[in-house]
Amino acid sequence: MSTALAHALNRGLRDAMEADEKVMLIGEDIGQLGGVFRVTEGLQQDFGDLRVVSSPLGEAGIVGAAIGLAMAGYRPVCEIQFDGFTFPAMNQIVTQLAKYRHRSEGKVSLPVVIRIPVGGGIGAIEHHSESPEAYFAHTAGLRVVCPSNSQEAYDMLGEAIRSNDPVIFLEPKRSYWAKSELRTESSSAAITADFERARIVRPGTDLTLVTYGALVPAAQQVARTLEEEDRQIEVIDLRSLSPLDDKTVVDSVRRTGRLVVAHEASQSGGIAGELAARVQEQAFYDLEAPILRVTGYDTPYPASRLEHDWLPNVDRMLDACDRSFEH
Amino acid sequence: MSDTAVATTPWSVLNADGELRHDRRVPDGTAALRLREALRNMVLARRIDTEAIALQRQGELGLWPSLLGQEGAQVGAGSALRPQDVVFPTYREHAVAWCFGVDPVQLLGLFRGTTMGGWDPRERNFNLYTLVIAAQTLHAVGYAMGIVRDGDVGTGIPERDRAVLVFLGDGALSQGEANEALVWAAAQQLPVVFFCQNNQWAISTPVQTQSRVPIFQRATGFGIEGVQVDGNDVVATHAVVEQALTKARAGGGPTLIEAVTYRRNPHTTSDDDLRYRDRAENELWESRDPIDRLRVYLRSDEAGEERIDDEFLAALSQEEEDLAQRLRTGCRALPVPDPADPFVYTLERMTRELDEQREAHLAFVAAEEGNAQ
Repeated sequence: MSTALAHALNRGLRDAMEADEKVMLIGEDIGQLGGVFRVTEGLQQDFGDLRVVSSPLGEAGIVGAAIGLAMAGYRPVCEIQFDGFTFPAMNQIVTQLAKYRHRSEGKVSLPVVIRIPVGGGIGAIEHHSESPEAYFAHTAGLRVVCPSNSQEAYDMLGEAIRSNDPVIFLEPKRSYWAKSELRTESSSAAITADFERARIVRPGTDLTLVTYGALVPAAQQVARTLEEEDRQIEVIDLRSLSPLDDKTVVDSVRRTGRLVVAHEASQSGGIAGELAARVQEQAFYDLEAPILRVTGYDTPYPASRLEHDWLPNVDRMLDACDRSFEH
Repeated sequence: MSDTAVATTPWSVLNADGELRHDRRVPDGTAALRLREALRNMVLARRIDTEAIALQRQGELGLWPSLLGQEGAQVGAGSALRPQDVVFPTYREHAVAWCFGVDPVQLLGLFRGTTMGGWDPRERNFNLYTLVIAAQTLHAVGYAMGIVRDGDVGTGIPERDRAVLVFLGDGALSQGEANEALVWAAAQQLPVVFFCQNNQWAISTPVQTQSRVPIFQRATGFGIEGVQVDGNDVVATHAVVEQALTKARAGGGPTLIEAVTYRRNPHTTSDDDLRYRDRAENELWESRDPIDRLRVYLRSDEAGEERIDDEFLAALSQEEEDLAQRLRTGCRALPVPDPADPFVYTLERMTRELDEQREAHLAFVAAEEGNAQ
């Protein structure tokens, strides 16, 4: 059934709560309102306010309380309202959530999921278009994932909630209302999402184009455009940003010899740089061209009237592919 | 700067001269503190502290945050706990750990560099020390939310009803997270007791920098009960915590307790407190010592059946010596962790990249050891 990504998440939360009574939701405005993006719509009504908690304002409180709930045996799923509001919770995420299993020498795992709508392209005001994934990927003890369509959103959310490790679950907010096919009958076992693995979205032989989240449809468009020039682009959706499935990418680059990595987040210290380092370590002699990055720039996220060209888009990715083929 | 933060008189039962107000000793709904046991716990906790400082001086520990002077507050609070209650400590709650049955040798590992934790938090519901000030107050709130959802509050079954006791200091109340925790606890009427040891100093920062009103009065603004108690009075502290925990377990909601006490030693063994405070201040608080006053009372005829004699004190001294010996031996015997441990403990499901890093690191370590031999 064709389903919007936000609705797939809603269904994923509902199914997880039905499957395990320890699963509970906690976040600002997630009750009657259903969250500002309506991802939790109807859930408080059906599961009650002890399981769907509309919290006081305060992101540190959301994550800190979730840690305590996890210590008490619950599986809290936090909603942070917007990417830019994650930062008040960074202390709890980085110094507490990510470290507790290590500090307790494996005795206490904290099965906390933190859902964060991320990314730009929606004409939003300040702090509503951020891409904070590299902060989390740089923090040992967290898993960081980002789905790109409804099926992946549903499957990966289920897996995140079942995971005993803390998961930062990044939701490409630009794609919330994009519809794609969703099968939920498999919520138990038929689809094992294994969200550590990247996914080859479209096979190709001439260049590997890697991205994740909201840029996956744009990468597919790039591949379709270049196909008209007889260039076969292999598009890979990373899905997991930590751990990073470099193996799938390296295997691909061994076949194509060229790699372009795209993400909305700023360039320096970003996921693309990490991936490039790993690929050149493992496939140096397979590379026909330098690895190129198409990313947001090393500026604060710009006013929305500028974001169209600031964000990586089809044209900027096409340009990078052309530059790669020049070698 | 005016001295507003200490302008109130904390509630007390046993004064600094060892005189006990019998009419106040057992407030409604509380169980009496066993005074001999309280003395023993305070004395032994102080000995743990003294030995740990000595071990630090000998190079066996990298650091030690001393609790000297806070034994009354901690033993008072720790003695009010039931086994099913849950404790979230800071990093100075050595006497609480002792009262709650944590092996004191395990307290040393964090400071010796053999672990980032030291004990199994689930074994005794005594969570790991928290170094990021006030972070644990939110964990306490979350745990209390879990207790509510488990239905373990207000059942009237003494073995079932539970509460959370979270420790914080006067400095912690300036942190945003502590204030969030108070908001959350109040809004949901959670079974959590915030036990703030106002020991007057956050490293070199006096309490007046943290609060322009007595700390317990801040509770009012959050809509929860605030209580101020003489933290060097183990009897009063116990009674106040006992009352607050009883209320919390019964579903009566949170309490903020301010135990007024004093950090007699520097912040840690790395600190130099004479750079920011007078010796005279320390001497004043030494005269209010929590152990001395209880010993004076228990040695007096006033103590009646609880009176202690030389034999009791001799036995306690021997117990101290045995404990000290166990700490010295136990500290040196703390196992050095395996180089693979950090890799194994980071995530429950080991990732391929971490596994590769682990293998490479172990090979490196093995080669280093080979070279060294």
